[in-house]
Amino acid sequence: MGSDLYRAIIDGILYGGVYALMAVGLTLIFGVLDIINIAQGILVVLAGYLSYVLSVHLHIDLFLGLLVTIPVMFLIGVGIQVLFMRRLRGRERTSMSLLASYAVMIIIEGVLYLVFGPDYVQLNASYVNDSVRVLGFYLPYIYLYGFGLAVILVTALYLMLYRSGFGRSLRATMQDQTAARLVGIDINRVAALAFGIGVAVTAVGGMVFGATNAFNPNSGYDLISRLLAIIILGGMGSIGGALVAAVFMSVTEAIVDIWSPTWSVVVFYVALVIVLTFRPQGLFGQREARAQ
Amino acid sequence: MSGGANSDSGRVVGIMRWRPGRPALSGSARNGIAAAVLMVLAVIFPLVITNPVATQIGVDTMLFVAATVAWNLFSGFTGYISLGHAVFFGTGAYVVGIAAQDWHITGDMEFALLPLAALAAGVVAVPFGLIALRARRHTFVVITIAIFFIFQLMAFNLAITGGSVGIPAPFLTWAPETFNNPFYYMALALAAGVAVLSWLIRGSRFGLQLRAIRDDEGRARGLGVRAMHVKLVAFVISGVVTGLVGALWFFFIGQVLPQYGFDPLFDLSVALMAFFGGFGTLWGPILGALILEPGEQYLTLQVSNSYASELVWGSLFLLVILFLSRGVTHVAGEIATAWRTRRERRQAGPQPVGASLAADVAIPRPEPGALSEEVLDKRATAD
Repeated sequence: MGSDLYRAIIDGILYGGVYALMAVGLTLIFGVLDIINIAQGILVVLAGYLSYVLSVHLHIDLFLGLLVTIPVMFLIGVGIQVLFMRRLRGRERTSMSLLASYAVMIIIEGVLYLVFGPDYVQLNASYVNDSVRVLGFYLPYIYLYGFGLAVILVTALYLMLYRSGFGRSLRATMQDQTAARLVGIDINRVAALAFGIGVAVTAVGGMVFGATNAFNPNSGYDLISRLLAIIILGGMGSIGGALVAAVFMSVTEAIVDIWSPTWSVVVFYVALVIVLTFRPQGLFGQREARAQ
Repeated sequence: MSGGANSDSGRVVGIMRWRPGRPALSGSARNGIAAAVLMVLAVIFPLVITNPVATQIGVDTMLFVAATVAWNLFSGFTGYISLGHAVFFGTGAYVVGIAAQDWHITGDMEFALLPLAALAAGVVAVPFGLIALRARRHTFVVITIAIFFIFQLMAFNLAITGGSVGIPAPFLTWAPETFNNPFYYMALALAAGVAVLSWLIRGSRFGLQLRAIRDDEGRARGLGVRAMHVKLVAFVISGVVTGLVGALWFFFIGQVLPQYGFDPLFDLSVALMAFFGGFGTLWGPILGALILEPGEQYLTLQVSNSYASELVWGSLFLLVILFLSRGVTHVAGEIATAWRTRRERRQAGPQPVGASLAADVAIPRPEPGALSEEVLDKRATAD
């Protein structure tokens, strides 16, 4: 029993890192643009399919393939922002952007169904099924690599946000768009890049997700509901909150999974609802921070 | 970006549209005539067109009219966009399904369970609203989505809901050629009832409070509106109607599965129809559902590949959001106003600007004839 529990906690932390990465992208887009990108889940699935095509048809290693999929996902993100999100105006802009990204999700899902069909696929490589023995636990390499990559990327995002000139522009835009524009920040460029970066992280998320789960075009719904739950629990726009909430979700799920696999997801959502009852702004969110 | 009062200008124009353009006929009289004509057409529809495929589309359309008007009654009036109304839809369907199964209710008697669906949806709406309505704007939207997924997961996982097998409805031994008609009239009655309710609410003190919350919740609260109470009441009313729609749909389809009882596309469709017709207006959701639901069904019949129709539907939705987000009724109303203004001016001949303004509507504007969204937008951005 005890070792089951440790095992669940370790699994939860490793897997939580990957969710954290996807959620950080989502919360970054929200923080800068005031947009909730509902399409994030299906973009993860799209990235999974890109990795799948690269590894199955072109025989490119999954991690090497990231060199292709990350720029591709970045460009898709920039494209969505420039083509659709930028056009939305008015007071209901945030709600509209939500609906627009919902529509983008439906479109991408339709395209994926047309191209790949409803059958489940899974990414494969030598390290997907192999594991290493650490302190008496067998840890699959893919989880370790995925976690390592997630940590590196989240750190890189953090450094970019807090230690670079571009990060300063980003944060300035997050705080006040009008003021940012007044001090000479090209907010259209910042917005497009932020959306691009937020979507680019799904390349890594999609690859690890695809290697550890069988997925089909319908998997986007499950992903986006988890990601949304993570960023609400962490507090919308809070990157640290997203990290904590992602790990909390994975660990809770892994622990409940020991007793009842069917209820493991529900327990997390129930925890979310309980937290929201007492803190509507989430764990690390600011109350009515961006009220206009 | 002009995060400002874009929709404020929309509101002004929206009110203006109902003002008397021709003194002979007031706006409410025209509304009444339009409603009566529409109602007569709706009542005779299944008598004239008896093709079961057409009447089946008719049933679905009326169900969506009811659901969209109910959604708009909460989301459109308060500005809180709910993407969790499928919770009520599914609750209505499942509750009558489980009750019919457990109490061995068969045949026509199933319709006696409809009040139960309304009650269950209302009971679910109270805690749902108490949790979700504490958050505003996008956080509210996301919480409704999260709660929706909880319900879908429960439907998949609970023993009482039959898991992924779902629940069958009592079998109806009606003649196949007229099977759809009773459903059509029940759905029509529900749709007409909720439309009247929506009209009554919009004109009432309660409706004004809702719209005050939509415009500025902080100020409304300051003026003494008990915001949480008012929002919750609207949410529950909206949920109860949606629950009834779900129960009727369940009886009509004959079965409920978790992914159709709690269907994310339901929320999306309802929101799309309301936005397409005109978010927060009286006629918008009705017209939106009347145009889009048959449109979608026709599309599905034409495009045999359901994935392709999903693609087309998503693209259409995106186009509506990008270019028609203020609704066809709004755009049509604007065109009509511009046309009427031009005609009046032509009849009156050259006149001082002030006079032509007085004849029209009391909106200050820089130049006559320039009552375009652009001008209003610019002014809205300026302040």
